[in-house]
Amino acid sequence: MAGAAVGRPSVWGIFSSMEYGPAPEGAGPAQAWLETHGQSFGHFVDGKWLKPEGRETTSSTNPATGELLATTLQGEPEDVEAAVRAATKAFEGWSRLPCHARARHLHNMARTIQKHQRLLALLESLDTGKPVGEARDRDLPLVVRHFYHHAGWAQLMGTKMGGWKPLGVVAAVITWNSPLLLLAWKICPALAMGNTVVLLPPPCARLSALLLAELGVQAGLPPGVLNVLTGEGALAEGLAAHPGVDAVAVAGSVEVGRSLRRTTAGRGPRLSLQLGGDTLVLVFDSADLDGAAVGLSDTVSCQRGLAPGAGALVLVQEVVAGALLQRLRTRLGKLRVGDPLDKAMDGGALADEAQRGTTETYVEEARAEGAEIFQAWAALPARGPFYPPTLITGVASTSRCVREQILGPVLVVLPFRTAKEAVALGNNRPSGLAASVWTENLPLAMEVAQSLQVGTVWINGQNLFDAAAGVGGTKESGNGRDGGKEGLYEYVKPSWQSRARPSPAELDYKTFAASSGADPPPILGRSGVARPELEENMPRVDRTYKLYYGGAQKRPEGMASLPILDPAGNVLAYVADGSAKDIRNAVEAAHKAAPGWGKRAAHTRAQVLYYVAENLELRREEVASRLGVLTGAPPEEAQREVDLGLERLFHWAALCDKSGGAVQETPLHGTTLQLRQPLGVVGVACPDERPLLSFLSLLAPAVARGNAVVMVPSPRYPLPALDLCQIFDTSDVPGGVVNIVTGNRDHLSRTLAQHQDVQAMWYFGSPEGSQFVEWASAGNLKRTWQGPGTSRPPDIQTLSRTRGDARLTHFQGSSTGSGAPAAAIGLCRASGAGTCHDLWARTASWPGFRPQVLPRAQSARLASTAGRGLGWGSWAAGCLAGGAGLRGAVRGLRRGHNVELINEIVFNCSLY
Amino acid sequence: MSARNPGTELDLGSISRVQVNQPAVIRHAEQIQSRRTVKKDWQAAWLLRAVTCIDLTTLSGDDTPSNIHRLCYKAKHPIREDLLRAMNMHDKGITTAAICVYPARVADAVKALKTAGCNIPVASVATGFPAAQTSLKTRLEEIRVAVEDGAKEIDIVINRTLVLTGQWEGLYEEIRQFRQACGDAHMKTILATGELGSLTNVYKASMVAMMAGSDFIKTSTGKEAINATLPVGIVMVRAVRDFYWKTGNKVGFKPAGGIRTAKDALTWLILMKEELGDEWLKSDLFRLGASTLLSDIERQIYHHVTGRYAAYHDLPMA
Repeated sequence: MAGAAVGRPSVWGIFSSMEYGPAPEGAGPAQAWLETHGQSFGHFVDGKWLKPEGRETTSSTNPATGELLATTLQGEPEDVEAAVRAATKAFEGWSRLPCHARARHLHNMARTIQKHQRLLALLESLDTGKPVGEARDRDLPLVVRHFYHHAGWAQLMGTKMGGWKPLGVVAAVITWNSPLLLLAWKICPALAMGNTVVLLPPPCARLSALLLAELGVQAGLPPGVLNVLTGEGALAEGLAAHPGVDAVAVAGSVEVGRSLRRTTAGRGPRLSLQLGGDTLVLVFDSADLDGAAVGLSDTVSCQRGLAPGAGALVLVQEVVAGALLQRLRTRLGKLRVGDPLDKAMDGGALADEAQRGTTETYVEEARAEGAEIFQAWAALPARGPFYPPTLITGVASTSRCVREQILGPVLVVLPFRTAKEAVALGNNRPSGLAASVWTENLPLAMEVAQSLQVGTVWINGQNLFDAAAGVGGTKESGNGRDGGKEGLYEYVKPSWQSRARPSPAELDYKTFAASSGADPPPILGRSGVARPELEENMPRVDRTYKLYYGGAQKRPEGMASLPILDPAGNVLAYVADGSAKDIRNAVEAAHKAAPGWGKRAAHTRAQVLYYVAENLELRREEVASRLGVLTGAPPEEAQREVDLGLERLFHWAALCDKSGGAVQETPLHGTTLQLRQPLGVVGVACPDERPLLSFLSLLAPAVARGNAVVMVPSPRYPLPALDLCQIFDTSDVPGGVVNIVTGNRDHLSRTLAQHQDVQAMWYFGSPEGSQFVEWASAGNLKRTWQGPGTSRPPDIQTLSRTRGDARLTHFQGSSTGSGAPAAAIGLCRASGAGTCHDLWARTASWPGFRPQVLPRAQSARLASTAGRGLGWGSWAAGCLAGGAGLRGAVRGLRRGHNVELINEIVFNCSLY
Repeated sequence: MSARNPGTELDLGSISRVQVNQPAVIRHAEQIQSRRTVKKDWQAAWLLRAVTCIDLTTLSGDDTPSNIHRLCYKAKHPIREDLLRAMNMHDKGITTAAICVYPARVADAVKALKTAGCNIPVASVATGFPAAQTSLKTRLEEIRVAVEDGAKEIDIVINRTLVLTGQWEGLYEEIRQFRQACGDAHMKTILATGELGSLTNVYKASMVAMMAGSDFIKTSTGKEAINATLPVGIVMVRAVRDFYWKTGNKVGFKPAGGIRTAKDALTWLILMKEELGDEWLKSDLFRLGASTLLSDIERQIYHHVTGRYAAYHDLPMA
């Protein structure tokens, strides 16, 4: 290096070595912004900076260098109070703005962000340690796109979201260190639908949220519409539990999600969870291996998106494992990790030393287990929380690095032999965030994509996002959706609904409904058993009501019975007193039936429901008269209830084949599909009101969408449900699709809510029971849907006339109501502008009834290169024609597994 | 030029399983362009390296001895002497890698270069360039004549008909014969990728051309509607890498057609560095087929040295 200054090579030196040089982006604009605030920030509340006296402060530093960027406040409960108050006040005006005005506001936000993209990207890079190129070229365009897309939804709310209204104050809690994109995912739909927001950015990266709030003022956003609080994780709990908060939208770890689920139990806010999990990558022998290797090296260096870290579990078909690893090692060796402000870096700094340490622990543990570790140490900076791209091979599925998510740039590779095994391995983990499937074999890609229990599947691609394509998880990765029309439903409620603001009861969760109790006692101690004789001296044959699961009548494990009284207090019958073991058996039976039922053609499912209706009508008078005897309802009212039940069966049968999914209009190369699939097994605890109608109204939608159900009928009036067993048996309902367990509602619901392999729990009972179900659902983060406790019976006119909203495609949120009745789900109908995925189940609208959305049916987005001439018809035909073997295999595999499959698939297929 | 590629037997089994996913390749191409950059001295040095890899080309119907003569002198003095001196690069032998002409102009070029006193090789296109729609006999004869006239490198163009109809054995045989006709002259095989229909065909044609003994594989003639695109380049260099992994033979790569800006040249260098490594950044394994690229590079160098943007008349034309 002739003539070179020390440390600076000459042109000749570079000419000879052909090394890359530094390409630093100047931090000037970001520094200047920080300095205009004296490097000291308060909260941003009601359109102004709020710096209450006496708050502790904390330092925001550049993780790469440790250099101080600014100090921010550690919020206190009073700050939460102030922010919620401001947001509540702002909601009055914001929610009443015409749609067009809100659209203009969001449009102006998008434009304002575009004007300051460089500043935002720089600040995001400085604060999080992610490469500035990633922030500038990937995050910011997506953020801008989200604002534009949702400006569109704000404009269209009146026409496309008729019958829905905003929730109120949304608390957005983000705990991952990729804040800008995630907060856009939360606040855009919330604002577009007329909510106001209190945002809590991640403790380790707070600055971009504060800048965005200030840009909001510049864009003319009314004060209080977007508020930002800073503080530690504990502040999130306080914010979520605040009675003024109507919804909590979370992006964070599974632990954070669980904790907030428990915190909000019984308080009433809507909860939208987008939780942890890493990307699952499946590489088949028919894959473009170089494409897969590039995708993987991109994943390992990319910090944005669904997953906070950069890791992935890679399952590779054994026959191409060697070839893929050779390519991966070569690529990982070329990745450049270093100064986040360098424009030519693939990877930046981790959040802090702790994250680095944790990553190292996982890797060293794997090494100790005998795994082979490949690490690309080249050119890693000597100081700072950097970690080299790492490839771990030779581990087993029992290793911690396979079971748990590593928040660092680590790929763990496991071989598989067959597609069936790949799907089994892929689903054998509690998280269900996203997967990437690499194969040029179209039927295989489709089949595998639909069999993976994850929220998003990319086919021959990775980390592809767009505002028009909702993303989210399944299983422990939460059920919130961000983006697209489906994301809007996180932030709206039916327009007739009012927000219940219950105070959670002091429940002892350990003992609540832990036993079935004995109320009423099995033998009442008085004569009064209604036992009419057939004729003189000829008693009727004893009618024994049993449990019904797996398509057969079963005696209860506990061998006990409960008396059922008529309105006069006479014992009308005895029903089985079900227990936890009966629930266990019923769930097992349901799981056996669910995969096959879910795979039945929608037409076939519809036919079964029509058949149920047909057979029910044959016994119309008899059922009505028995209903009257049981509940004391006048004959015409009982008759009306049966007829409405028939209409509901027809309604849901009609909807069976009309909500399978949609093509989403994204700018991604390829087609983006949303496919809806069943949740799996749904537990349903029915209310006492309208025992037949409510039973049918809850059963029909779940079953119509391909789920298997475990029904707990009204404990007071279980007989109509049990009478239906004979109808199910004679109507081609496959054994195990409908299961009925009678007994103490709260006791049985407790077992269902705590069951790790029940995918959703619908509960219509007491407020305490609702609260418990919400609390217990934190275990496997199952979806819950509750009605409030009830005392007032619905009036039949209301029942027949009015229609509330419950969205067929969604199932989320929960609340305990204000003591108004929860009864049957009302009539359902499709509405909207004729789009088949906007199905709304409308529910009777007596006050306080909270039908929320019905089971979030599967949505899988799937993209093919339709734009290049491959239409829906042709690939659908391909799927039908091919892959039959796999289809069978997967079906076998699913048996006994939960099949909650909410897939969003981005599918690319090479035609060029 | 590096050691020559002796080629291998035709192995269709290994290439029949290959899969190329076009959207993934396109995404990779976008990524390469946005993820890497070189600035300041690094940019200047990289651009000079690009100059040394250029096959300075004229392939026009109106080529005459006079413009061939000018081209040869430009090849010898690609960057203004004072600019090189400012970077202390004036004594490093910066010339283009070769000049590239039609067969009928080879003799003119050889003569001009001799007069100029430099040993830059002359490359000749051949085999019915650009369409290859002439008989095999005349295509072979064309090579022999060009070599007799003093061409040290022959840029042959493949018969697209054979690719599009799946006649890989026929393609292998033809290229084998071309290679034989080249004798000691190095052979660059133009795949005319814009006319091959798919990236999978590009990969297969690349492999067959290398098995048949090509020393370089080259994207385009510059006469197709679509010339050197980055996605095609990605697929071809992956084939080069696979061939190297399999046989240990290093084959060169030459993108040609449509490469006009200094930024384009840097992108191609970055692609080579990322996909194949530093060895493929020298003229023995990398060439840029271009005619107007050099003037843009010279303008960028001018700006790097002087801090001013050059006028047209500040730099000598080719």
